[in-house]
Amino acid sequence: MARMKFLCDAERCIECNGCVTACKQEHDIPWGVNRRRVVTINDGVPGERSISVACMHCSDAPCMAVCPVDCFYRTEEGVVLHDKDLCIGCGYCFYACPFGAPQFPQMGAFGVRGKMDKCTFCAGGPEKNTSEAEFKKYGRNRLAEGKLPACAEMCATKALLGGEGEVIADIYRERVTKRGKGGDVWGWATAYGRPDAPKQPAAPAGGAKS
Amino acid sequence: MNRQALTVVAGVALALGLAGCGERPQVVEYKQGVYQGKPDTPPYDAAPFNGNKTEWERSIRTRNQNQNEYKRTS
Repeated sequence: MARMKFLCDAERCIECNGCVTACKQEHDIPWGVNRRRVVTINDGVPGERSISVACMHCSDAPCMAVCPVDCFYRTEEGVVLHDKDLCIGCGYCFYACPFGAPQFPQMGAFGVRGKMDKCTFCAGGPEKNTSEAEFKKYGRNRLAEGKLPACAEMCATKALLGGEGEVIADIYRERVTKRGKGGDVWGWATAYGRPDAPKQPAAPAGGAKS
Repeated sequence: MNRQALTVVAGVALALGLAGCGERPQVVEYKQGVYQGKPDTPPYDAAPFNGNKTEWERSIRTRNQNQNEYKRTS
């Protein structure tokens, strides 16, 4: 199976926050933690666009690279997950993430940030699949139930697509071809693009200089 | 009597001392760049799929295609 990806079509997102609500309800997310949120660019200006943002489960995830306790792992399906028993809540992943995905509950006794919480692509975590312990720590494991993320499946306008990368890219391609506009996918290259090739030094003009 | 008590004390001290040798390291040694947490299982391992990967993939594929409204309405 190909790797799982998210894709948000800014031409279709109507900022209804259905994805945010679906996520909150599905995983019983506490107050103050937002695994998914809707960002509006140029709000109130003609041509404004809204995008649903959460962890994109990057191909080369920066959170994995910076974690000092190496609590992140990538599943067979390409979903980036983490072990909350190991997380020390340092917040490095928050600074590294280009999407602002890592969330830290701040309701503890000392008002400090707790263990990191983020979108799991509805794939739970390193506990027994669909167990009570998994639900409490990571939320519902819809993938183990043969379902896709709640946010994408609940999206009324199908602006948010989630699933196998090739399939959702095909769906989007067909959509762009039919409507004839809006081919840019926000965040896609950042999350799934290849790292920039090293720049070649420019050839000096007018021959070599010492 | 005094000697017997001394032997008992020495025996207890020896037993306690040796027990310390059997102590397991309690500090986690991190290996840079390697996942240190608990292992996870594939999503199709538990019920309702019980290890049937093909069936699980079929379910995911169907749900994937449900997101394509062009196919749903035609």
